[in-house]
Amino acid sequence: MNWEVVIGLEIHTQLSTKSKLFSGAAVGFGAEPNTQTTLVDLGMPGALPVLNKEALRMAVMFGHAINAEIGMHSVFARKNYFYPDLPKGYQTSQMDHPIVGKGYLDVMLDDGSTSRIGITRAHLEEDAGKSLHEDFQGMTGIDLNRSSTPLLEIVSEPDIRSAKEAVAYVKMIHSIVTYLGICDGNMAEGSMRCDINLSLRPKGQKEYGTRTEIKNVNSFRFIEKAIYTEIERQADILEDGGRIVQETRLYDPDKNETRSMRSKEDANDYRYFPCPDLLPIELTEEYVDQIKANLPELPNQKAARFQEEYKLSEYDAGVLSASRAMADYFEQANSLVKDAKLTANWVMGELSKLLNQEQLEITQSPVSAKALGELLSRVLDNTINGKTAKDVLQAMWNGEGSADEIIEAKGLKQVTDTGAIEIMIQEILDANAAQVEQYRAADPDKQKKMIGFFVGQVMKASQGKANPGIVNPILAKMLKG
Amino acid sequence: MSIDKQDVQKIAHLARLALTEEDAVQYQHSLSSVLSLVEQMQSVNTDGVEPLSNPLEMTQRLREDVVTEGNHREEFLANAPQTEAGLFLVPKVID
Repeated sequence: MNWEVVIGLEIHTQLSTKSKLFSGAAVGFGAEPNTQTTLVDLGMPGALPVLNKEALRMAVMFGHAINAEIGMHSVFARKNYFYPDLPKGYQTSQMDHPIVGKGYLDVMLDDGSTSRIGITRAHLEEDAGKSLHEDFQGMTGIDLNRSSTPLLEIVSEPDIRSAKEAVAYVKMIHSIVTYLGICDGNMAEGSMRCDINLSLRPKGQKEYGTRTEIKNVNSFRFIEKAIYTEIERQADILEDGGRIVQETRLYDPDKNETRSMRSKEDANDYRYFPCPDLLPIELTEEYVDQIKANLPELPNQKAARFQEEYKLSEYDAGVLSASRAMADYFEQANSLVKDAKLTANWVMGELSKLLNQEQLEITQSPVSAKALGELLSRVLDNTINGKTAKDVLQAMWNGEGSADEIIEAKGLKQVTDTGAIEIMIQEILDANAAQVEQYRAADPDKQKKMIGFFVGQVMKASQGKANPGIVNPILAKMLKG
Repeated sequence: MSIDKQDVQKIAHLARLALTEEDAVQYQHSLSSVLSLVEQMQSVNTDGVEPLSNPLEMTQRLREDVVTEGNHREEFLANAPQTEAGLFLVPKVID
């Protein structure tokens, strides 16, 4: 049977506010347990939540970025369930009136095609605390630092049809929230977590199959792998004539499998109702428009501008604009070089290679954008050639100084003095009399291929410092005799 | 409208309340009478009326995004029956 996969994603992004969604406690990763929590977060009787203004603004920014209807009237609701890391017995979230309504994203895939993924809604909610299951006198430890940390849960339509498309969509969301500066995008620290709803149906069938939900997948690679294994698991069951059980599953990256988390008998019944502790939020047109007017340039807009302004290919523009940090680096370097294609090639090529080798982010690059710009300027003005420039970049990476200092110290300046080059060529022609004879006897088509030998000899003799633009015409002339 | 004993036990379970047989009978009656009242109210025609999420004619006040609370761990932990390494301890929960 030919199966079609149907995927919808729920992405929890942690908003980068200083304080919590409903209290004045600090938000931060890695603090000592229970040092960043308040009576409100602990759910103490009588302690009332007050909404963080900045979290609200960030949610509206996101709404604009995905072309969504903004919820001018939005309401917080209680999602009731019992778990020790949720001392209140409910999570304050949004149900009927989310802050962000229907929107969409256009996602570019590796093959260059674009697909439009619908976004159902995005709502504000608070995170829960953390349960630590290491053995504390046979008990579970509870750290409430994370409780009431602001989250924006972004819910997609079931519009995604492959693992690749899912990853492209999550990367796009990641790119947007980091461009907007509303989330640090640090997936390893849980700033972005993804729940995957997945079902299969025979190709051509309209109705959706029974779906499962894979909770809390926290890297692009795991999202892709979890989807592949879950497709395989469901297809195996269906091919054997079995039925999919609607349930929550967990992805285990070590075993590369998904497994059931909760049995059906315990199906959740959250009994949502409007939160009586929080009044409805009413936004004004003026407030919403003002946020829209101040929105930073978004990834798609930047990619379009890079193509327009710098005449870069769609691919180059897409890669450079995927992260705001890389786009900024490119633009800063290129403001010195003023040759966008050359700068783009070096940022995406040599520099990215070095960064990948040491698993560094571009913001951690030991070679600054300005420093790379200075190096490439030396390629453009023919001080050094591209090959030498790679060695200079490596030396800069190792902290040996600026491009000019290294070129000077290592004597790498190209030889552009025609007199010196002529002498060098004459020596080579004298030393290779037989090849010169052959060359002169050959027909012009063959000569074109044979000249490479002499160019190679000149470069070798000059230790790569002879400028090929000057060597080639002189060499051709002298070979004629 | 009335609810049966199983409904009462289900609601109690969701709220993590342990009810005796006797309690269940009593709650069955009192919850049923609340629901009858709701049923009576439902006979009112509410076509085109938006659900009321809050009876106050006010909107939510907002806080500036500033950290106003420091570390009160010792005070918080003092209320807990058992703690260790700055954590609240609870009976083992297995996911």
